[in-house]
Amino acid sequence: MRVKLREIAHARAGDKGNISNVSVWVYDARNYEALKEQLTPERIKRAYPKLFRGAIERHTLDRIHGLNFVMRDGIEGGVNTSLNLDSHGKSWSYLILDLDVELT
Amino acid sequence: MSPLISIGCGAGFSADRLDPACALAESGRVSYLVFECVGERTLAHGHRDRMLNPEGGYNTLLKPRMRALLPICKRTGTRIVTNMGAANPKAAAQACIEVARELQLPGLKVALVLGDDITESISPDWQLPEAGKTIGKIGHKVIGANAYLGVEHLLPAIECEADVVITGRFADPSLFMAPVVHHYDWKLDDWDRLAAGTLMGHLLECGMQLTGGYFADPPYKNVPDLAHCGYPLAEIDADGGLVVTKLPEAGGCVTLQTVKEQLVYEVHDPSAYLTPDVIADFSNVDLREEGRDRVRISGVRGRERPRTLKVTVGFDGGFQGEAGISYSGPGAQGRAELARDILLERITRLHKCAGRLRIDLIGLNSIHGTATTRASDTQDIRVYTTYQDFDRTAVETVMWEVESLLCCGPAGGGGFRGQVTPKVVTHSAFVKRDTIAAQTQVLEA
Repeated sequence: MRVKLREIAHARAGDKGNISNVSVWVYDARNYEALKEQLTPERIKRAYPKLFRGAIERHTLDRIHGLNFVMRDGIEGGVNTSLNLDSHGKSWSYLILDLDVELT
Repeated sequence: MSPLISIGCGAGFSADRLDPACALAESGRVSYLVFECVGERTLAHGHRDRMLNPEGGYNTLLKPRMRALLPICKRTGTRIVTNMGAANPKAAAQACIEVARELQLPGLKVALVLGDDITESISPDWQLPEAGKTIGKIGHKVIGANAYLGVEHLLPAIECEADVVITGRFADPSLFMAPVVHHYDWKLDDWDRLAAGTLMGHLLECGMQLTGGYFADPPYKNVPDLAHCGYPLAEIDADGGLVVTKLPEAGGCVTLQTVKEQLVYEVHDPSAYLTPDVIADFSNVDLREEGRDRVRISGVRGRERPRTLKVTVGFDGGFQGEAGISYSGPGAQGRAELARDILLERITRLHKCAGRLRIDLIGLNSIHGTATTRASDTQDIRVYTTYQDFDRTAVETVMWEVESLLCCGPAGGGGFRGQVTPKVVTHSAFVKRDTIAAQTQVLEA
């Protein structure tokens, strides 16, 4: 079954300089493995190459079922440089939650 | 043994709400109420304000906050710690004394901490690692530079037992942890306890982001009474055992989900969260719901603090103009796209404005416009132009072009609003810890 990530997970975006981080947390621990397998840095980079121009790192929080993505050069210059109305990238969490995941 | 200490948050950013801070002070539940009001953006603007007015440069909401809180805190014995001094802690402390005199609170003590502002001692050959060049190579005027100070620099002010402690730039968690270190007499190399105190400060420092703010997403994530959301408070014991909660009568919620989201907010590697006080490892924490709106956090570890302190350097960024005009009803998209094309033609070709330009079609594609293209059948579109340049005349030309669309552009264009603001650009550098000398001064009303 294919679902939007927002159906099974919640997320929050933060900024530091020109680096964005988005943490993603499954509501139900049983979906954690599927999330970990499918939501990779490559997947995110492939979905939004024009926005996330630098390296993407992923940190796992296995005990509490979360992933933390760190996008370098990920906020169009950062809060004091970007011309984007959302110059912090606060809404990047919803770019991630808009991706699809396959559940078995 | 010292009794358990509770620390509350009274603000998590420069413009945060006041009434929930008053409620927390009024409750008598917290020994210290911490107002964290400085960010990369606000501090840079503080320096600019101070250049225009030597008595300015501190948080503009300091006086209204103090007017409301000083009488309550005097009554409940709650002490205030805040970085609302921003680029001018001295003037902020003086303003605080003025409020105390207005309110006839004689003897009120304000401690201020100086030493974070190192604008005078920076050198053009300092590296800016993220920018990949030196300060000199940025090529624009430095507006201000501040080091992130830590608990060791704040302790002398906390030890004064002042009613209010006012600082400039500190690492956010340090503001919350310093009273705890003082209360339990923690050693400054007790890395595990300092990591627990840092985690406490990190969870509290964005205010309602722990209690339901920046979280609600109906129908998946519902927050009760978000309109009256309360600020968080933490109870921390002598060994760093930590519980976060809120006032029972306040709106909002403290759940595993809100705590998880805040745990790594603006954190990169959760096993190495760097502050001036410690390197904290959040990667193996356990969270337990202990009751309604009570979450216990355990398993945080710490290791030796970094040898350098982070510095934010602010540079003159010229001016930014922003202007919008709206198109609504049938054919709105076609008219908005025509308006955008006219602006591009006139701004870049006719006027040859060479600054940075972005035009968003709000309603169709705006803040996610760089990332992706979305389908929309809206009939309500705002053409939003953003332009940055060091030449103010060029910025004003762009604003004029957007306004001229009222009579010269597509049919039915209305609702023009525009503004030009000075811009500041910031970059991070690092300094050796021993080059920083903080000083504490005490004023009395």
